[in-house]
Amino acid sequence: MTTLGTSGLVLNEKLLFEHSDPGRKGYSLPKLDVPEATLPAELCRDEIAGFPELSEVDVVRHFTRLSTWNYGVDSGFYPLGSCTMKYNPKVNEIAARLPGLADLHPATPPHLAQGILELMDNLQSSLAEVSGFARVTLQPAAGAHGELAGMLVIRAWHEARNSTRSKVLIPDTAHGTNPATATLAGYDVVPIASEGILTLEEVEAHMDDDVAALMVTNPNTLGLFETNIESICKLVHNRGGLVYCDGANLNALMGIARPGDMGIDVMHFNLHKTFSTPHGGGGPGAGPVGVTKELIPYLPGPGVERVGDEYRFEIDNADSIGRLLAFHGNVGIMVRAYSYIRSMGGAGLKHASEMAVLNANYIRARLEGVYDLPYKNRSLHEVIFSDKDLEGGCHTLDVAKRLIDYGYHPPTIYFPLVVKGAIMIEPTETESPDVLDEFCDAMIAIAGEARDNPDLLLNAPMRSKVRRLDETTAARKPRLKWEGNE
Amino acid sequence: MRYIPHTAADVSEMLERVGVKSLEDLFVEVPGSVRLKRPLDLPEPLSETELLRELKKLAVKNATPSTHMSFLGGGAYHHFSPAAVDLLVSRSEFYTAYTPYQPEISQGTLQAIFEFQTMICQLTGMDVANASMYDGASACAEAVLMAVRLTRRKRVLLSRALNPRYRATVATYCLYLGLELVDVAVADDGRTDLKDLAAKLDDTTAAVVAGYPNYFGVVEDLAVLSERTHEAGARMVVAVAEPVALGLLKPPGELGADIVAGDGQSFGLPLAFGGPYVGFFTVRQKDLRAMPGRLVGETTDLDGQRGFVLTLSTREQHIRREKATSNICSNQGLCALVTTIFMSLLGKQGLREMAGQNLAKAAYARQQLAGVKGFSLVFDGPSFNEFVVRSVEPVADVLSRLEKSGILGGIALGDDYPELADCFLVCVTEQNQRSEIDALVAALQGGAA
Amino acid sequence: MEFPEELKYTEEHEWVMVEEDLAVIGITDFAQDALGDVVFVELPEVGTSVEAGKAFGVVESVKAVSDVYAPLTGTIEEINDDLIDAPEIINTSPYEDGWMVKIRMAEAKDADELMDAEAYQALIAEES
Repeated sequence: MTTLGTSGLVLNEKLLFEHSDPGRKGYSLPKLDVPEATLPAELCRDEIAGFPELSEVDVVRHFTRLSTWNYGVDSGFYPLGSCTMKYNPKVNEIAARLPGLADLHPATPPHLAQGILELMDNLQSSLAEVSGFARVTLQPAAGAHGELAGMLVIRAWHEARNSTRSKVLIPDTAHGTNPATATLAGYDVVPIASEGILTLEEVEAHMDDDVAALMVTNPNTLGLFETNIESICKLVHNRGGLVYCDGANLNALMGIARPGDMGIDVMHFNLHKTFSTPHGGGGPGAGPVGVTKELIPYLPGPGVERVGDEYRFEIDNADSIGRLLAFHGNVGIMVRAYSYIRSMGGAGLKHASEMAVLNANYIRARLEGVYDLPYKNRSLHEVIFSDKDLEGGCHTLDVAKRLIDYGYHPPTIYFPLVVKGAIMIEPTETESPDVLDEFCDAMIAIAGEARDNPDLLLNAPMRSKVRRLDETTAARKPRLKWEGNE
Repeated sequence: MRYIPHTAADVSEMLERVGVKSLEDLFVEVPGSVRLKRPLDLPEPLSETELLRELKKLAVKNATPSTHMSFLGGGAYHHFSPAAVDLLVSRSEFYTAYTPYQPEISQGTLQAIFEFQTMICQLTGMDVANASMYDGASACAEAVLMAVRLTRRKRVLLSRALNPRYRATVATYCLYLGLELVDVAVADDGRTDLKDLAAKLDDTTAAVVAGYPNYFGVVEDLAVLSERTHEAGARMVVAVAEPVALGLLKPPGELGADIVAGDGQSFGLPLAFGGPYVGFFTVRQKDLRAMPGRLVGETTDLDGQRGFVLTLSTREQHIRREKATSNICSNQGLCALVTTIFMSLLGKQGLREMAGQNLAKAAYARQQLAGVKGFSLVFDGPSFNEFVVRSVEPVADVLSRLEKSGILGGIALGDDYPELADCFLVCVTEQNQRSEIDALVAALQGGAA
Repeated sequence: MEFPEELKYTEEHEWVMVEEDLAVIGITDFAQDALGDVVFVELPEVGTSVEAGKAFGVVESVKAVSDVYAPLTGTIEEINDDLIDAPEIINTSPYEDGWMVKIRMAEAKDADELMDAEAYQALIAEES
């Protein structure tokens, strides 16, 4: 069988500093057209020790070679659960680079920035329509940043009512950012155990007058819809609390159901997940936040608003929690998300969610019986398996590493923590059935290898540029920068 | 639909394999009471041609350095970016990849971040840098939180000469953490007032925060600020909104800084109306484990080959959860890569030369402006590429008539500094040609309409 | 997996060796195995007061972090400095060279409340 993954010539490449040669230049600046100036000597530095000196050719080869050691969505299937690694449309890249959008200074007076403000206002309304919320802020720079904004908004609402509630309920399946964010908002975290989805009873058992909020993810990190969400929200509201929703998994619901219609009060979006903006090797993303009408006054700001035919920044937001960034947010990412939404339209977004869910269920149908499936509820856009039935002394990690040899980026592993040896697969809608079939064939083959020839998994990966890395020494004796010639 | 490959035949076959009759059946666990019973109310989809046409219509409504001469700074700077930067970062193996959790197939991203961490340390004179934060303001806020964690104290002193948006962001992050934020006054030379600092420093102070250069473009006397701060047992947090200045200025690490946070936007990132930019965050070796953000470390693989991995992850949210040093997950990875490529192209000499041009052009502008009747320079401390101008004519009128001459002359300061309501902030970079500076001066000289 | 008979144990997987009113504390073989390669240990300063049931330190591996709880109330008398540069000792010798702290007990008889090897082994069997 010819696998997708194969070996090929890849070039080695040293560190920039190891290439450096005194006197080499990679830049050109015009000659200075005014008299030179100096600062007092005691304010001035010596040369920047260790900073590279390279030609443009050196630098271009360096980063070109580095890029060949990577794997992106454009390389192949990237089924990371909860990350929604869908295809990143190329026209969005052109859109973001348009003169007039890319080179606009954030302090440009609003009357000279009407075009970008209109785009931002339109994006706000589009996201509000998709999610069912009354207003959306675009300021937060990432999902976790949006979570922070959302939890501070919740706290501001409580403080305005002289409430001193100090606790936040968080299911044990939650993404780690949820409890970390609750702590940043000054709350104590109360974990709730869940067997799959949350039940009204479990929430009721923990919900009291000291609970400010419940943080949920819907669909949750097991890929299951929180079927009891409406009654749970009602319960929390009746006891004076609010409900925050981590919107990372919105790709399952567009045009199907809206979190704002479920009783949820605040939700963050991940533009770099649901709305196709690229993941960039670790960002930049964007984490807009949607809220109900009652919470609008507390939103971070100032936000964009339309008054008559004019777009401007809000003037009167005295109750706002303030700003979370120096400027207006990751506008370049907003342009890409806006382009995506305009390219898809409402029916297109719904089709995306339907195909995302179909793809996940197709993988589930093909791999069920080969890998252990801990939850029997209908999966939405992602499916979780475990390594319980894996033979040969192999574990989830070994399956992941062997998948690399087969030419795939591994799924999310060991998350959520409630499933031992979790393998979370989220295909997204941009993958065709033949890609899914090849992936499933690989997963089935690997399960067979675990039984018949486990060394193939235990020694994997063998085709990548580097083999398994010593993470223990990296943590025991951290080397976090180049230290010069040793 | 060009991004979703399924044909009707594909869908039928797949539904059969899944064992359901229709797509509807896949959503059986979503209660009818929350189902959306109407189509989403969004405009009809656009083809690529139509989309770009629409966006170009929006784009022309905006004033940029291509349509106007720009002297805007205040935390975002118009600088040269070499052609190779954007082309390299457009390689899809870089930008369509995710966080390097599987290091064997992410060595490109990981080595580049390691190089970023190294150069940021070299630039700032500090020991450890993380893989990036959202921007300079939020990095500054996280620096304050780190200082609070380390000292277990609750009072934070922030220079009024620190960028007002950085101060506002710190305030938001500290909203419900029981901390006391106190402003320190600005002296006549534009630097932080040492007398006021002495009066406010005490043994409950966790940190002192100052900009370098500060919001007015003035270069603070960091050595003295650090000394006083340390005497009180507090941490010196330095915010660098304009890192081009570090091409010339003594690095904060050599002047007693404990944490240096800043924004790398100047290093090749488009202005883009405010983002994405990139925060950088550096600390001393001894405080490493209290630091937020991702870290890339060097190690070896099974064959002894050098490689890089994310490390010291136990500080972070996905492991430490509610006790994490921060909640940060996705940061500004691709933006950090942009700055890494920029820094390698400019290099040791280029950064110094660029900084020198900024200094010279701003000095020329200051000198010319000082000679215009009705305008005066406000602060006489040493400055880099920004300065404050006082105007007899109302600032709003001045900026308005400059606009009519095709010039974005500066940022009015009145909203953030009531005592400077008659002033505006002017930024001059290597991108401003002499003719533009002369045009600015001539336009100011033109007098009220 | 080892469960030395002469030691006492806690539910949080610490072991205790009592020497009159001094208690030597570490984490068990089960704990070090579950954690994986230990990369860092955070210990309190000598002289710190500790309270039974409250965390006094942290053990980190590459992928996990665990609080270490004081089995007894008292004062930290001594800490194992070797663990700073060589945290891996906890993996290779959890019961001997991998000891973490010595606590001067407030009440020597508190140690009697702790589990013996048999009870701890039963606890492990139950948890699995």
